[in-house]
Amino acid sequence: MQSKECVAMLLAGGQGSRLGVLTKKLAKPAVPFGGKYRIIDFTLSNCNNSGFDTVGVLTQYQPLALNTYIGIGSHWDLDRKNGGVTVLPPFVKEMGGEWYKGTANAIYQNIEFVDQYRPKYLLVLSGDHIYKMDYSLMLDFHKEKQADATIAVIEVPWEEASSFGIINIARDARIIDFEEKPAVPKSNLASMGVYIFNWELLKKYLEEDEQNPRSSNDFGKNIIPMMLKVGQRMYAYPFKGYWRDVGTIESLWQANMDLLSDKPKLNLNDPKWTIYSVNPNHPPQYIAPTARVTGSLVNEGCMVYGEVNHSILFPGVYIGEGAKINDAVIMPNAKIGANTVIERAIIGVEAVIEDRCQVGCLDEACGRCSEPCSRITVVEGNIVVAGGSVLKSCSLAKNELTVRSS
Amino acid sequence: MKNVMGIINLMEDEEFLKEISHHRPAAAVPFGGRYRMIDFVLSNMVNSGIRNVGIIVQHKYRALMDHLGNGKEWDLDRKRDGLFYLPPGQGCQQGSYRWDLRHFHTHLDYLQYSRQKYILISGSNMICNIDYRDAFQFHQAMNADITILYKDMENTGEDLSRCHMVETAEDGRIIDLEINPNKMRGSKMSMEMCIMEKSLLVELIHRCYSRGECDLVRDGFIRNLNRLRIYGFPYQGYLAHIDSIQSYYNHSMELLRPEIWQQLFFDKGLIITKVKDGAPTKYSKGSRVHNALIANGCIIEGTVENSIIFRGVKIGQGAHIKDSIIMQKCKIEEGALVENVIADKEVTITKGKHLKGEKNYPMVIMKKTVI
Repeated sequence: MQSKECVAMLLAGGQGSRLGVLTKKLAKPAVPFGGKYRIIDFTLSNCNNSGFDTVGVLTQYQPLALNTYIGIGSHWDLDRKNGGVTVLPPFVKEMGGEWYKGTANAIYQNIEFVDQYRPKYLLVLSGDHIYKMDYSLMLDFHKEKQADATIAVIEVPWEEASSFGIINIARDARIIDFEEKPAVPKSNLASMGVYIFNWELLKKYLEEDEQNPRSSNDFGKNIIPMMLKVGQRMYAYPFKGYWRDVGTIESLWQANMDLLSDKPKLNLNDPKWTIYSVNPNHPPQYIAPTARVTGSLVNEGCMVYGEVNHSILFPGVYIGEGAKINDAVIMPNAKIGANTVIERAIIGVEAVIEDRCQVGCLDEACGRCSEPCSRITVVEGNIVVAGGSVLKSCSLAKNELTVRSS
Repeated sequence: MKNVMGIINLMEDEEFLKEISHHRPAAAVPFGGRYRMIDFVLSNMVNSGIRNVGIIVQHKYRALMDHLGNGKEWDLDRKRDGLFYLPPGQGCQQGSYRWDLRHFHTHLDYLQYSRQKYILISGSNMICNIDYRDAFQFHQAMNADITILYKDMENTGEDLSRCHMVETAEDGRIIDLEINPNKMRGSKMSMEMCIMEKSLLVELIHRCYSRGECDLVRDGFIRNLNRLRIYGFPYQGYLAHIDSIQSYYNHSMELLRPEIWQQLFFDKGLIITKVKDGAPTKYSKGSRVHNALIANGCIIEGTVENSIIFRGVKIGQGAHIKDSIIMQKCKIEEGALVENVIADKEVTITKGKHLKGEKNYPMVIMKKTVI
């Protein structure tokens, strides 16, 4: 096989349990985002746009939808004769098999895959972040610093810093230390989960880590600290731009809402950096005479008869007459009945909400809480909510809903 | 339908769509917010299970090749069969007309190499969502030599003067076929789609060619009405016959009726087109949109009423689009007023300009014009 300078490995096996019902039957990278995309589209499109044409996608949790979606990678122009996309699930070996025990173990189990291309560098990505990034610039930086490993970092607000992997750097961007979710962060530079390693060196560490039964086989917890301790040349590559971890309901909802500002920080209309996705080939959206659509993103195949404000409609969504949708994310093919009111909510794929329902906290006279609560109501995909139902986030455990009508 | 191949004949008078077909074949004319006319017949064939399609193209077919490519979007990028372009042969450029047999004669090799026994021939300006399997079953059940698809246009008020009209007996056999008749006797319009055995087509081509005859419909069908069993299959669904700017405009506006939108785009299968990977359309806080079809990648800050907006159109604040068709990547700047207009791709209407056509004579603006 033709050798490649750099191979990308995309970690897409995460369950994303904090997304609750949204990831019940779906791996987190396959969760719909932004009215058209799935989360993994951003990373795959970044690969193509950066000129990286060899990508291994490591899947594990609920892979069916994700595997079908990725296919042979043609939607991202990654169906190549040499390289392209390869989906890599865990597999059984001569001496039995096992699940991917951690991010580092997932790469360890696929050393043979990477070795086929005899790469000098390995790019490790995670499939659950929303951002546009040119990885080729990071690789240039890595070479320029003659680094053994480079970690992409972004400045986050100090008050949120303790929920990230925090990196401390010297003046020349060399990494001094790395702390996973520190209680008292020493810096506000967060690791983006994007790493470049010199492959031959990384292999040694992966093999060493594998020998340690107490290791959790994780890049952040084990491999990076181990390399730092020995004094390998580790550098932080500063990324400036929009980057979001959408691992929770709140952050997923907020990142969607970010797209609705007048000049969103993440520009989806940039012809130089197209975000590719699988296109369901629906006709143009139909906006009826009774409809009113403002401050929203709407996709093809939608039929809108009601009012939609500051919301995101995925393909094939139907909004009935008299319905009022506000601050909501409505996923593909969901049907919203007439005169139903939805506020601050995420409606799952193909959910049906019948007429005259109320979803989300709308008023102060709720009885359960003294003021409209800011929590987001999530309606599971593929369920039917019977006409006239009232669903408020404050009445739902863990922001989840699994009401089924008869 | 494994045994049926398709031929799409794009030999047509291309002046009928005036400015919008100046630089492209009529088949590549944008229609319905994100499609080209040819998408409908091609998608119908693929959705019906046809896996081998040849397209007889005229000059100016670059736009068409750009759109269809190797047929990947239609799943026609196959190792065997798939999509074939059939360009004009030597001497066919000038003086050729729609059902000129010379075009078929030029590509006899392709017809004979293809493994399918039957052939379905169609033009591209009859826009519908049809399952050809029904017509094929009819063809076999009737033991017909040729089956011509027709649509009864009674009470549609359409101008039928440039159509092929058929008359059928009770059992469905076609007893008369007229090209552009002067006087209408019936209302059954041929959809210029027909099914027959490939061997019969080859025989008709040779037979006509050797007698100096040259028109498939006139010399191949009409002269053989008695000799061959030619049947008419009545199509019941929605049909948009586009043969003038006026019919293009009227049929486009019909898509604003949800029942027609549903029928044409979803009924028997999805209409496939080239994917552009545009973002979802963005509506600003001040946008007002009523009764409109809007494709992806648009940014709408103004008002849109009773209109069709193609992909990637930008409509500035205070701009007002009414009863118009605005094609791909047009820019309507702030405060512009556009009414009864068909704007071709990449037209810019600058700030504050007022443009108004009439409903029965829409104003057509050429590609890339800046006003």
